[in-house]
Amino acid sequence: MSASIQPSLAPAKNLAVAASLGRSRRRGDVLARGLSLAATAIGLVFLVSILVTLFYKGFNAMNLSVFTEVTRPPGSNGGLLNAIVGSVIQVALGTAIGTPIGLLVGTYLAEYARGSAFGGVVRFVSDILLSAPSILIGLFVYSLLVLPFGGFSGWAGVAALAIIIVPIVVRTTEDMLSLIPNTLREAVIGLGAPKWKMIVLVCWRSAIPGIITGVLLGIARIAGETAPLLFTSLGNNAWSTDLSQPMPSLPITIYSYAGSPFQDWIELAWAGALVITLAVLGLNIAARSLFSGKK
Amino acid sequence: MSSTMTQHPGTAAGFGGLEARSDAALNATARIAIRDLDFHYGANQALKGISMDYPERQVTGMIGPSGCGKSTLLRVLNRMYSLYPGQRATGQVMMDGRNILDDDVDMNELRSKVGMVFQKPTPFPMTIHENIAFGIRLHEKLSRSQMDERIEWALTRAAIWGEVKDRLHSSAMGLSGGQQQRLCIARTIAVRPEVILFDEPTSALDPISTLKIEELIDELKRDFTIAIVTHNMQQAARCADQVAFFYLGELVEVAPAAQLFTAPRQQRTQDYITGRFG
Repeated sequence: MSASIQPSLAPAKNLAVAASLGRSRRRGDVLARGLSLAATAIGLVFLVSILVTLFYKGFNAMNLSVFTEVTRPPGSNGGLLNAIVGSVIQVALGTAIGTPIGLLVGTYLAEYARGSAFGGVVRFVSDILLSAPSILIGLFVYSLLVLPFGGFSGWAGVAALAIIIVPIVVRTTEDMLSLIPNTLREAVIGLGAPKWKMIVLVCWRSAIPGIITGVLLGIARIAGETAPLLFTSLGNNAWSTDLSQPMPSLPITIYSYAGSPFQDWIELAWAGALVITLAVLGLNIAARSLFSGKK
Repeated sequence: MSSTMTQHPGTAAGFGGLEARSDAALNATARIAIRDLDFHYGANQALKGISMDYPERQVTGMIGPSGCGKSTLLRVLNRMYSLYPGQRATGQVMMDGRNILDDDVDMNELRSKVGMVFQKPTPFPMTIHENIAFGIRLHEKLSRSQMDERIEWALTRAAIWGEVKDRLHSSAMGLSGGQQQRLCIARTIAVRPEVILFDEPTSALDPISTLKIEELIDELKRDFTIAIVTHNMQQAARCADQVAFFYLGELVEVAPAAQLFTAPRQQRTQDYITGRFG
């Protein structure tokens, strides 16, 4: 169009070159799109087949006694009540201990240690902890709490789960606080507020939906952890809420039942796997709706 | 409010919109007196040997191209720069007989005397009522009725009371940009400062909101000493009693607005206000 108005300024387009470039761009687009779709399909096939199998076998094994009966010897109509309650206790306490620590460390990184060398070290260590194999954390707590105190205990399981959730909360807290624009901080400081009031009354308040989301995702993560509990709370076939004794948990029960030769135990393992999956799914949905609802 | 409008028609100004105020008084007492101020961002010097006064209960406009140091100077006046390691100011900034650059200055107290309004509105994520009460609670203990009274006073002075009086307990984030900015002004004056710093307070706002803020500034100078950084020369001409022109970290010229815009003493000022650079 501009060529017709100012023909002297724009050299004529070589239409043949433009068309061939357009064709090669379209070929590239088709190729990239095809590869992406294929990769997505491969991932989805596995995910869907896992979920379909889980839901099919889990729902078939599901009945009321799963939630009302404790684990029993094979062939005697046991349930998973003690395992479910044990998991809830350990996950709740682990979250209650790990969340404040993670919140404060994340706040330190975002508000006090920006650009400092020590902050960089803390962030690095926290990121390593985030991706460390959870069995290492189990072994660590084993040598720290199980060996010196004479045996497996619920408290050791709680400690292992707390250690796992800390770096998750650290990362989310730091990320959420870094999203807050500096002008908001300056506006608080500009009124004559001390820094701690700025953090507690304004920054945390702005970041809280994101932080809660991170905590919920952290809970979902530790609720499914098996390896760290193997070395710490061990598992228990009887009803127990005594944290100084070995404590049952859902993942451990699934782990031992699924590998057993007894048909009713294997079915209970499927039911337990479905319960955990639905709980984690629920937490994820809650986290997402909370995050999108507040934004 | 309508009287201030007729006093400064924002549009029908002569001289390319640069009609300037003529009532600037040179001999008013200085609320803040700056002498030989240097400022460094790390190794970069951003302000060089600044000396100027901010007359009491007058509006001082600060103009100049981007990066000339005008915002930096504003951030010296409430020590905002002290938040950031590597930024330092040397020289004298005298207020109430003290050099506010001294290390032992209580910065929270200083900031309660020198309030600041930012370029973008910065409402806190809480209700309108809590936004205003936040600053007051930092410095005073008021009863509930005194607090409500003070909040109404601040919102009224910021010309937003009528718009928010029925929704004081809903979130401040739901206000429009112009309302948020007036809320921020209310929050600043609720602390009852003596000086208010405005850092390009209207650059993120529409023309109507801009006009409201400008009228407000004109009204506020009866009680407060005001410093305003602006990129908009018409705004400086409309609002300011005295205007300071900065260029490359130096104060080129400070003069009553009428004089600076009609008969600048410096060639660089002349070039800038006639649009030859910047």
